[in-house]
Amino acid sequence: MTDAVVFADVSRHYGDVRAVDCVSFDIADGEFFSMLGPSGSGKTTCLRLIAGFDQPDSGRVMIHGSDVGGVPPYARDVNTVFQDYALFPHMSVQANVEYGPMIRGVPPAERARLAGEMLDLVKLGGLGGRRPSALSGGQRQRVALARALVNRPAVLLLDEPLGALDLKLREQMQVELKAIQRQVGCTFIYVTHDQGEALSMSDRLAVFNHGRIEQIGTPEEIYDRPQTAFVAGFVGVSNLLAGPIAQRVAGRPATFSIRPEKIRMLPPTQPADGELMSVTGTVASRQYFGASTRYAVVLDGGSELTVIRQNGGGQAEPQDFAPGSTVRLAWQHSQVHWLPEEAAR
Amino acid sequence: MTAATVSTSLGHRWSTALYLRPRLLLLLLLTPPLLWLGIVYLGSLLALLLQSFFYIDDYSGRVVRELTLATYAELLSDANLAVILRTSVMAAAVTVAAAVIAYPLAYYMARRASLQVKALLYLGVMLPLWSSYLVRVYAWKLILAKEGIITWSAERLGLGWLLEAILATPVIGGPSLSASDIGTFLVFLYIWLPFMVLPIVAALERVPPSLIEASADLGASPGTTFRRVILPLSVPGIAAGSIFTFSLTLGDYIIPGIIGTSHPFIGQAVFAHQGTAGNIPMAAAFTVVPIAIMALYLWLAKRLGAFDAL
Repeated sequence: MTDAVVFADVSRHYGDVRAVDCVSFDIADGEFFSMLGPSGSGKTTCLRLIAGFDQPDSGRVMIHGSDVGGVPPYARDVNTVFQDYALFPHMSVQANVEYGPMIRGVPPAERARLAGEMLDLVKLGGLGGRRPSALSGGQRQRVALARALVNRPAVLLLDEPLGALDLKLREQMQVELKAIQRQVGCTFIYVTHDQGEALSMSDRLAVFNHGRIEQIGTPEEIYDRPQTAFVAGFVGVSNLLAGPIAQRVAGRPATFSIRPEKIRMLPPTQPADGELMSVTGTVASRQYFGASTRYAVVLDGGSELTVIRQNGGGQAEPQDFAPGSTVRLAWQHSQVHWLPEEAAR
Repeated sequence: MTAATVSTSLGHRWSTALYLRPRLLLLLLLTPPLLWLGIVYLGSLLALLLQSFFYIDDYSGRVVRELTLATYAELLSDANLAVILRTSVMAAAVTVAAAVIAYPLAYYMARRASLQVKALLYLGVMLPLWSSYLVRVYAWKLILAKEGIITWSAERLGLGWLLEAILATPVIGGPSLSASDIGTFLVFLYIWLPFMVLPIVAALERVPPSLIEASADLGASPGTTFRRVILPLSVPGIAAGSIFTFSLTLGDYIIPGIIGTSHPFIGQAVFAHQGTAGNIPMAAAFTVVPIAIMALYLWLAKRLGAFDAL
């Protein structure tokens, strides 16, 4: 089976700006693939290269095995859900969804049926007669999704589609998008700067920085075994120890990451067990989040670690640690992830 | 005491008083324009309308202040209807031609031109409005005259026969461009063109680029995208521009007085009736015609959905 999308050494430069710099990856058919990165990292440019709104300066973009260099957007079997939804304001919701089939020459009765089905799929049945301006942000988002999916594209591109929604709606849509993807079975390529979104929805994700891909992998791989300091910092909370302090704590002067929820926090007098690494420090700040509490601890020797403790639920360490108190931090050897030497800087 | 923190200077007290009474501020701001529009503008218009229901005594030549439809009956005479028809056709022709010429320019300005080119084009479109309208109309009279540059160039290029053929066209032709309806049309088109370009540019600038990408993304070729998305969304701009060109042409009396045939337009009829003839009721009745035509035009445009995309 051919891959849905292949990038082979693709570059796109705007003057001196290397928006996309020699990027290669394969996306399997039916995969939910996310491109994660800060703004300006090249993820949206990659999406536009797939959609055909932009052409690469060098390298090849392939969709289902065929090179799409020079193929305009209207001749590509991909559809996009735009960040601002881009619904046609002069058409009804129904006409918006029917637009693609109408262009392809599907007879009116048939395309009305297709559009109706899609509006049902995104739970907007009965709203076809409204104008987009009469809908809420969440509803517009669903119309945009229906308008793209009605064409049964080989690949669906989503450009930060949930960015404009409030938190509750965003979480609900994440669950629904994943369910819709399973139902229609098409490849989803999802651009986001929200690591939570990327981790929770994707089969695999690529982390972008400065026009390059830092790491590609499953959410577990990216979170537990970051390959670069950037990935360790951008995905989850950055907890990196390097150089002398790593030597003192873990016995090697290289760089390792330890996730904040894997650190135990003990009174300084309580000795750590044998197989644990341990270090002492001072609590610098404490943030209460309800389900958990987050501490910033300055280690003796300069570096800082973040610790997240779950609240309630049979904690073995019931003690509260106020800012200023001295604590002992401890974690299992197996929880430590050493970054590859060349990427550690 | 906290009140001491509030400055006691007059300006501050005024600001505070107005801040606490937004309605008073609104009243102060809106009274002058409302008085102007209400009394000076609408008032005089109503006075004019009232005049049209009076009539003129044929023997004494004095206005009789009795409400009657006699003036309107006279307005519908064949000669007057010909004036109204000629003006309306001219206004419609000028509007259509202005839209056709303005659209590509407006499209280029709104969607393609760099900021510098756009500024230059804006300047180019607006510049004629800074010089006197009369000077420009007289300049056109020279350009279009039998001894003018157009006739001269046509003869030098061996195209004199073509110009002759155009001028030989019945009804709109004439002895020279400056003495024909074609000439009147050309000058109207030139003078009112900026009023068509600017609203279309504004409308096209408001079409988000993502809509055009979305249309392409859904499989529409550039031509289809233009027909289905860009054009419908710019119709309010065309409608706004057409209101300007149409109503300005309907009411103008200077251009047809300087360039064109001796057949009068509505504006000239109004001028003649209230000036030389002293027939104020008839002049007033003629003034009602463009108002009625514009009302009809706006109603039609609305019915056809010209403002739906607003």
